[in-house]
Amino acid sequence: MTISIDPQKTNNESLQPKGWLRYFSFSLDHKVIGIQYLVCGFLFYLIGGTLASAIRIELASPMSDFMPRDVYNQVLTLHGTIMIFLWIVPVVNGAFGNYLIPFYVGARDMAFPRLNAVAFWLIPPSGLMLVASYFVEGAAQAGWTAYPPLSITTPQSGQIIWILSVLLLGGSSIFGGINFIATIIKLRRPGLKLMQLPMYCWAMLGTSLLVVLSTPVLAGTLILLSFDIIANTGFFNPVLGGNVVVYQHLFWFYSHPAVYIMVLPAFGLVSEILPVHARKPLFGYTTMVFSIMGIVVLGLVVWAHHMFTSGTPPWMRLFFTIATAFIAVPTGIKFFNWVATLWGGKISINSAMLFSCGFIINFVFGGITGVALAQVPFDIHVHDTYFVVAHFHYIVYGGTVFIIFSSIYHWFPKVTGKMLNEKLGILHFIITFIGFNLCFAPQHWLGLNGMPRRVAEYDPQFQFVNQISSLGALLMAISTIPFLINVFLSVRNGKEAGDNPWNALTPEWLTSSPPPVENWEGEAPLVEEPYGYGKEISEGK
Amino acid sequence: MTTLDSSKEIQKNNSEVNETHEDFRMFGLITFLIADGMTFAGFFAAYLTYKAVNPLPDGAIYELELPIPTLNTILLLVSSATFHKAGKALLKDKNSESQKWLFFTAFLGIIFLICQLFEYFHLPFGLTDNLFASTFYALTGFHGLHVTLGTLMILIIAWQSRIKGGRLTSQNMFPLEAVELYWHFVDGIWVILFIILYLL
Repeated sequence: MTISIDPQKTNNESLQPKGWLRYFSFSLDHKVIGIQYLVCGFLFYLIGGTLASAIRIELASPMSDFMPRDVYNQVLTLHGTIMIFLWIVPVVNGAFGNYLIPFYVGARDMAFPRLNAVAFWLIPPSGLMLVASYFVEGAAQAGWTAYPPLSITTPQSGQIIWILSVLLLGGSSIFGGINFIATIIKLRRPGLKLMQLPMYCWAMLGTSLLVVLSTPVLAGTLILLSFDIIANTGFFNPVLGGNVVVYQHLFWFYSHPAVYIMVLPAFGLVSEILPVHARKPLFGYTTMVFSIMGIVVLGLVVWAHHMFTSGTPPWMRLFFTIATAFIAVPTGIKFFNWVATLWGGKISINSAMLFSCGFIINFVFGGITGVALAQVPFDIHVHDTYFVVAHFHYIVYGGTVFIIFSSIYHWFPKVTGKMLNEKLGILHFIITFIGFNLCFAPQHWLGLNGMPRRVAEYDPQFQFVNQISSLGALLMAISTIPFLINVFLSVRNGKEAGDNPWNALTPEWLTSSPPPVENWEGEAPLVEEPYGYGKEISEGK
Repeated sequence: MTTLDSSKEIQKNNSEVNETHEDFRMFGLITFLIADGMTFAGFFAAYLTYKAVNPLPDGAIYELELPIPTLNTILLLVSSATFHKAGKALLKDKNSESQKWLFFTAFLGIIFLICQLFEYFHLPFGLTDNLFASTFYALTGFHGLHVTLGTLMILIIAWQSRIKGGRLTSQNMFPLEAVELYWHFVDGIWVILFIILYLL
């Protein structure tokens, strides 16, 4: 059975508001939804960043003098939840996925445009609800992991709002995942083979599989947790005969794949950006595809490495250590492929390239500490210390957030038709890179020396290193200013970009910038070699 | 290889923008049902883990009787067959026959829910009595929620199939096929649930 698409009808063009107003409407255009995700996510990033600054101000001195201890717990919980569920996951999946995937598969929109809009519009209310939970009896205090029995014994209203909010965001994520899988598998332009797709499609396919397979388990777990809180059942409450370790297993069955949900799309995006700015084909396309799928499969069976101190039996420790160490193989393949893509390329040093290179450096460091953390004896030593905080932020900030900025510099001309200012961009990169490393590198030392995480007070011997870290956080906060100035100036009177300022070969550049509502005037182009840079020259030889 | 020049040519060639593509709504539904199934998988995993590592405390009551759930299993399996009949009838454009089968399926669903409630009211334990009682109610309750939604959807499509050439026709089978797939899924989950919860 076939369905005929009438673009006028599917997009309700005449009914949709024009200009900037369409970003506040229930638009079905994948490009509008992508920008909605990005801007909404960035606003939450500013809120989460403010909370992070509050944490670092508090930790600049050993005593809890900046805010009361329970407020500190609320701040760190909201910081984690907002940054993960409202900034990184929606932006790196929803924003870039919605904007780019239809171009990459040669479609005019996502497979299910209405579901797509629903998925986005679940985000602002649940995010605002989460922020507003501070004003009931205080926001959730049990960290983004919401481990029971802590989450059962802390004030309930905040925790329940937290659960409701994360359930809605999980629903949004699942709807998005279904949409991406259907778009990539079913909506490809006729003649376009799977192995000709740009790498970001593969990354999003893998990510969406993880979303569809693991997010529902988190939803079920949180429903059980809310029963424990509201109905006084004892699933995870040891006092009533429950079992907290079951919660941890179910939670990490989602939340370890969640790390890949946050970082796999970044792998895809960096694989799009590097070839363009190095003027070279992506090195090892096939190995990249297989390593993404390898990470998806392995990512589902490594969750208990978060639980080595939770009384896990030795056979389980052994299995999860080995499985986790195996993930280093596909990840390492990708790392070497990126380096090989740069090798001998005609590299332009611009903001997009700098942020991508920053990503490679930070990510390999976070990856090495990750392999170290997979080893049981080492993990027991640094469990729940600042070493874990440092490792995690090297992956999600040094990794994913660097790529988000890189992607913004790379695709800004596509979306607006204007270039971003390169000088401000490079300034943004330098402050971010120095600030980030100054903030998180010392935390490895803090963790190895035994400073516990998630506590407002610490031993005075750690004060100096904590102050260095806080200084780095200050630089990271400052780094947002040149970026915001850059965006505002460039949107108003940036240099005209033309249709394809980077001379890129991936399909989204083969139309006007900004693209028309139907993505292409006429038929979508068939791009068989999205990374065919330098091909003519080598053939000429 | 597509070069920039050829893409410009394509843009000049301002041809027909109306296109057709294959119907992938069913594909999306299957993906959703896989996700939904994972929620149940999480619940089952929790239940089986509890069973393995958390023994019942002394004096805790957790006894299940088999007759009602067995009847419920038969009800759901029969309802899957009657739903299939409804689809067959609609394919032959026999709308009223299809509608009859749909109403009968919904009726079986409602009987299932009534039996389930009857079981709830006659069990010797309540939601918060012990871990197994809680898990039992969470699992069967979550499944019952699915049956309720399914029954409502069946009633909606039964209402839609009342007119020949209306919203549900042999040309537009999708609503019926989608609800049917969902209904079979809910039945399948019940069979697993019945084995794990009542028989093991």
